[in-house]
Amino acid sequence: MSATATGAAPDFAEGAAEYSATGGDWDEIVEAAQRAGDERIVVNMGPQHPSTHGVLRLVLEIEGETVTEIRGGVGFLHTGIEKNMEFRTWTQGVTFCTRMDYVAPFFQEVAYCLGVEKLLGITDDVPERATLIRVLLMELNRISSHLIAIGTGGNELGATTMMTVGFRGREEILRIFEAITGLRMNHAFIRPGGVAQDLPGGLPAMVREKIPEIHRSIAELEKLSLRNPIFIGRSKDVGVLPLAGAVALGTTGPLLRSAGVPFDVRRAEPYCGYETYDFEVPTSTDEDSYSRTVLRFAEMRESLKIVQQVLDRLEAQDRQGKHPVMVADKKIAWPAQLSIGSDGQGNSMDHIRHIMGSSMEALIHHFKLVTEGFRVPAGQSYTQVEHPKGTLGVHLVSDGGTRPYRAHFRDPSFNNLQALGMMCEGGSIADVVIAVASIDPVMGGVDR
Amino acid sequence: MSDSTESGKPDSGTTGKDAEQVRHVAHEAQEAGGQQVVQPEGRTPLDVIKVRKGMFGVTGPGDTSGFGGLQRTVFMPGQSERPYGSYFDEIVDILAEVLAEAGVAFDDAVEKVVVYRGQLTLYINRDHLQLVAKSLRDDQDLRFEICLGVSGVHYPQDTGRELHAVYPLYSITHNRTFQLEVAVPEGDPHIPTLTGIYPANDWHEREAWDFFGIIFDGHPHLARIQMPDDWPGHPQRKDYPLGGIEVEYKGATIPAPDERRAYN
Repeated sequence: MSATATGAAPDFAEGAAEYSATGGDWDEIVEAAQRAGDERIVVNMGPQHPSTHGVLRLVLEIEGETVTEIRGGVGFLHTGIEKNMEFRTWTQGVTFCTRMDYVAPFFQEVAYCLGVEKLLGITDDVPERATLIRVLLMELNRISSHLIAIGTGGNELGATTMMTVGFRGREEILRIFEAITGLRMNHAFIRPGGVAQDLPGGLPAMVREKIPEIHRSIAELEKLSLRNPIFIGRSKDVGVLPLAGAVALGTTGPLLRSAGVPFDVRRAEPYCGYETYDFEVPTSTDEDSYSRTVLRFAEMRESLKIVQQVLDRLEAQDRQGKHPVMVADKKIAWPAQLSIGSDGQGNSMDHIRHIMGSSMEALIHHFKLVTEGFRVPAGQSYTQVEHPKGTLGVHLVSDGGTRPYRAHFRDPSFNNLQALGMMCEGGSIADVVIAVASIDPVMGGVDR
Repeated sequence: MSDSTESGKPDSGTTGKDAEQVRHVAHEAQEAGGQQVVQPEGRTPLDVIKVRKGMFGVTGPGDTSGFGGLQRTVFMPGQSERPYGSYFDEIVDILAEVLAEAGVAFDDAVEKVVVYRGQLTLYINRDHLQLVAKSLRDDQDLRFEICLGVSGVHYPQDTGRELHAVYPLYSITHNRTFQLEVAVPEGDPHIPTLTGIYPANDWHEREAWDFFGIIFDGHPHLARIQMPDDWPGHPQRKDYPLGGIEVEYKGATIPAPDERRAYN
C-alpha cells in the first residue's frame, strides 16, 4: 500500500490490498523526492487550479507526462457546518446543511429532514403533497446538478460553449426554484415535517412550460459532447474505474453505475414514494469517463420523466382543493406562513391575525417553536438518499433536546474522490482533469 | 451551550447502578420514546448521555420556574428483544454462526443489539471489530460490500464509553443495511482500522480522527484531513468550543451562538 509519506513508489505486492491512501505532510513528500534525486517531479495542482472543481488540491508525481502517483488534499472549504448544527434547533439545521453541496442543495435538505422525521417517528405523517414537492425539487435539482457536471467538465476541456449551454439549462431550473422557494440556492425550504410553503399558484403549468427548454439544453449539450470527436477522444477509456475498485472504494452514483452495478437508493430502499414512479436506472459497463457522461444524460431524461409524473399528481391534487404541506402535529409543524409584506418579507397577515387575535394556543405554539424548537426523543438514525453524485448518508443523534446532538453527512463526493488514484495513476496529466470532472466533486459538500 | 458543560460529572448512580435505578430509567424511557428497554445482568450498561436538570434552560438562584429540582437521565435506546423484525434476526443469526465458526462467541463480539426506529445497530467490542467486519463482507449470506464510512460521536457523560464510532453498512447483493457501533473510552481511544477490509474507510477514518481524536490502529496514514496538519485539538468533541463573536445590530448585542440561551 502506498500509504506512507516517504515518497517511496507504490509497491503492490501480490495479495496485498490495493488501494490508494492519500494525505500526509506534503513538504515531507517533496523533500523525500528531492533526496531521492531521480527524475520524478512532484507537481502541485490546485487548490486554485481552474480545473479542479473549486478548491481541490492534487499532488501529482509525474514522469514526463505520466502520472505515477496522485494524492488528493481536501479541507480548504471546511466551514464546520456539522458542529454549527449542534448549536441550532432541529429546524434551523436545514439552513446549514443546504449549504454543503450547494449545487444540489435539496438533497441535503431532504435527507436531513427524513432523518429528523425518522427520529420523531412521524415518517408516515408527512403529507402527500409535501412529499410530491420534495420529489419535484429533487428531480429538477438532479438535472441542474448534472448540467453543471457536464458543462463545467466541458469548460475544463476548453469547450466554453458546453458550459454556457449547461448553465443556460440550469438557469431555467433555478427560475423554477426561485418561484417555489424564493431563492436560487441556499433554499432551506424543506423542513422537518413537510415543506415551508405550498407551491405558488400555476406552478405546475410554469414547469411544464420550461420542460421543453430544459430538454433543448440537454439535447444541445448532448450533441456538443457525446457526438464531439474531441470529447470522445479525450474521455473514452480515460479515468477507468473497474468494478472491483469501485465497490472496494465505496463509490456510488454514476461512478458505480458506470461499472455495471445498477445501484440507486431510490430503487434499493425507496423513500419519498419513489417506488410509485416509473423510471429506469441507466447503467454501463464501460467503466470510463465517457460512459459516466452518457449515464448523466440518461439520468436527466429519467428525472424529467419523474417530474412529469409528479406534475400530474400535483395537478390532480390541485383539482381537489387545498392540501396540507406540513404535519398536522402543531407541536412540530413550523408555524410560519410566509408571504410578501410591504417590506418584501415576513409572515402572512392572516397568520398574525390568527395568533394575535383569535387563538392563544396558536400563539403559544408559534412562540415555543420559534424560540425553543421541538424536542426529539433520544436515539439515532441513519438515512440514505440518492444524491446526483452518489449515496448521501445522514447520521443524526438526538439527546432528547431541541438541537441535534450530532449531525454527520456522508457526502458522496468526499468518498468518491478517493478513487482518483485508481483512475489516474498511469495516465497522463491531461486525463486527470477528465477523471476529476467525471467524479463531479463539489468541495462545499466534500469539506462541509 | 450551558447544559452540556455545567453538569460535567455524571450522576453518582451511574457506576454502582442497582436494579432499582435501571428499572426507573427503563420506565422513563418507555414514557419518553415507547421503546423496549431490557438490561440483562452483566451486560453492557446503558449509554447514559446526559443528566438534565431544571427546565427552560434556567439555572442558578434566578430560577423561579419551580422546576429547578427536576432531574432526568437521558440515555440511548438499550438492548432490544427478539424478534428484532424485518431481516434483522437473519443478520444476527448468520453473524452468530459465522463468528462461532471463527471461534468467537457472539456475546463476546457483540455487546448489544439495538433496534430503534426500524433500524438495526450492533454494538461491537473493538477487539473483534475486524473479524466482524470481515465476516459481514465475505460471508455469502451477509455480503455487506459497501461501508459508507464512519461517523464519530462524543458523549462526554457516557463514562468509560465516551467516543462512539458508527459504521453504516450496505449489502447490494441482499439489499440490506444496518449499522455497527463501537464505543471506546476517551482515555484509550483506539479502534482497529477497517481500511484493510473496506478501503473506502480511509478518508472517513481520517475525518473521525481529525474531528474526534479516535485513533484507528493500523490505518496506513492517519493524518488530519479537514483541519490543518498542525491544528490543536479535535473540533467536534463536545468540550471543544464553537467559537464566534458577538454581533451588534441596531444597538442590541446578539451573543455568539454557543453563548445563547439553550433549552434543556
